[in-house]
Amino acid sequence: MKTTNKELSPVQQLLEKKYNSGFLNRSEKIIPAVLFLMAAVSVLTTLGIVLTLIFETITFFGDVSIVEFFTAKEWYPFSGTDPVYGIWPLVLGTLKITIIASLFAIPIGLAVALYLSEYASARTRKIMKPILEVLAGVPTIVYGFFALTFITPVLRGIFPSLEMFNAISPGIVVGIMIIPTIVSLSEDALSSVPESVRQGALALGSTKWETASKVIFPAALSGILASIVLGVSRAIGETMIVSIAAGSTPSASLDLTTSLQTMTSYIVQVTTGDAGFGTTIYYSIYSVGFTLFIFTLLMNILAQFISKRFREEY
Amino acid sequence: MALTAVNTTKNNQSVQNEELFVYNTKNLNLWYGEHHALKNINLGIKEREVTAIIGPSGCGKSTYIKTLNRMIDLVPGVKTTGQIEYRDRDIFSKDFLVEELRTRVGMVFQKPNPFPKSIYENIAFGLKIHGIKNKQIITETVEKSLRGAALWDEVKDRIHEPAYGLSGGQQQRLCIARCLALEPDVILMDEPTSALDPVSTLKVEELIQELKEKYSIIIVTHNMQQAARISDKTAFFLNGEVVEFNSTDTIFNNPADSRTDDYISGRFG
Repeated sequence: MKTTNKELSPVQQLLEKKYNSGFLNRSEKIIPAVLFLMAAVSVLTTLGIVLTLIFETITFFGDVSIVEFFTAKEWYPFSGTDPVYGIWPLVLGTLKITIIASLFAIPIGLAVALYLSEYASARTRKIMKPILEVLAGVPTIVYGFFALTFITPVLRGIFPSLEMFNAISPGIVVGIMIIPTIVSLSEDALSSVPESVRQGALALGSTKWETASKVIFPAALSGILASIVLGVSRAIGETMIVSIAAGSTPSASLDLTTSLQTMTSYIVQVTTGDAGFGTTIYYSIYSVGFTLFIFTLLMNILAQFISKRFREEY
Repeated sequence: MALTAVNTTKNNQSVQNEELFVYNTKNLNLWYGEHHALKNINLGIKEREVTAIIGPSGCGKSTYIKTLNRMIDLVPGVKTTGQIEYRDRDIFSKDFLVEELRTRVGMVFQKPNPFPKSIYENIAFGLKIHGIKNKQIITETVEKSLRGAALWDEVKDRIHEPAYGLSGGQQQRLCIARCLALEPDVILMDEPTSALDPVSTLKVEELIQELKEKYSIIIVTHNMQQAARISDKTAFFLNGEVVEFNSTDTIFNNPADSRTDDYISGRFG
């Protein structure tokens, strides 16, 4: 700043002081460094987890052949004499739960989202949204008990052949658990379609439903698909509900009425049991964890792809 | 229109006169909650004319045009009294489906609002929702509508590309083409050029002149020169009332009301 003989005003003096103190220089250099450090911590943690998974999985494949892992139709690690490690029963268990949950949650979730964004009055929305958010906040262990002690008995009343531990009841309850995720994100996507687009459709004589289904829904498709992928990812990784209500019998059959085991519930079973450190069973949970990680990673990549591919600019 | 000579009690003269009117507004009052936005509006709008509605911001001109195709229903807390007859049918009547009204009466908005679809799909949309599935008819109508909106030559090589890739002026003409596809009787235009540059504005104005041959057009505009250039009749709205309604020539050269004179000569507004 140019200094003249003229006396500086108080504001100018303070500004002068700030520029001369060098504080700006220092703080502007420190801030990005601190922010980078924070970013590095989360990236390194993720990297650490992935590397641990990979190394322990490699150790596991030192004991068990990778061919057996992918081709054997049985997962029977607790046999003292002849353990079999074939991942398919666990993958199948996870898929059964995920598919039932999706079939239940996607139609209901989308219907609720459409209702809230296109039909509900401001008052209804104000009441329903917090209730759905409470649903999202219920601990999964509570859902698990709900499945085992309420849904399962009700279903067995209707279908007596259903076993106590089965795929249907926890599947439905996992579906209930992911409904809020699908509703909340889909509703955001639907509501963010500009009002002018809605008016354009109505002014051509379309009904409310035609407007919602043929204009608003397609316009919000990328957000809606992303919400579905996120919900399905949560279903794949869901642990507590299936541990409680689906049983712990790895099964390669497609029967939905019998006990099964998912990848996550196997990990729970081993980590809460007494498999010793360094045993094959101990390392097997890393191989299962790694498989699970591949699944959720694929879902994430799918979500990224979808939101790019289906983005409709408005 | 099947209106000819239905009413035998009336003489020929009056039947002919009625035939000319597309809209007849009688004692229309409208409230947004407590706010009395339209006060005792009486207007007869003739077919195959361009009727301009002018007035300062907040005078109710947009409210009025939105009432004509009942887009005003989307605003919560609106209450109306009085009557609007479209071709002798009460638009507020339960027997007159709002979807039918909006199919017969097209609307072009202030800001271009194409759908996030292709150019082709934007125009085919109206036909499809009204049950027209014949691909040949749709394709022909798309071309005809785009030609009608003077847009065909600019977009014919890319009608399957997204409408959002068009310029603002082209988007607005696309919205007009979208209207034309349903072969409406009346086209309502709510400040259709206020978001456009002068060149695009000129194109839309020229288009309005052409459309007048086949359609009745009601246009709300902020721009008095625009009203003077393109309209046959002009209504001057002020504080929710119609101050004066007459031929555009009379309104701009020989207004009866001093407030009209003040407004058009730029003393307020």
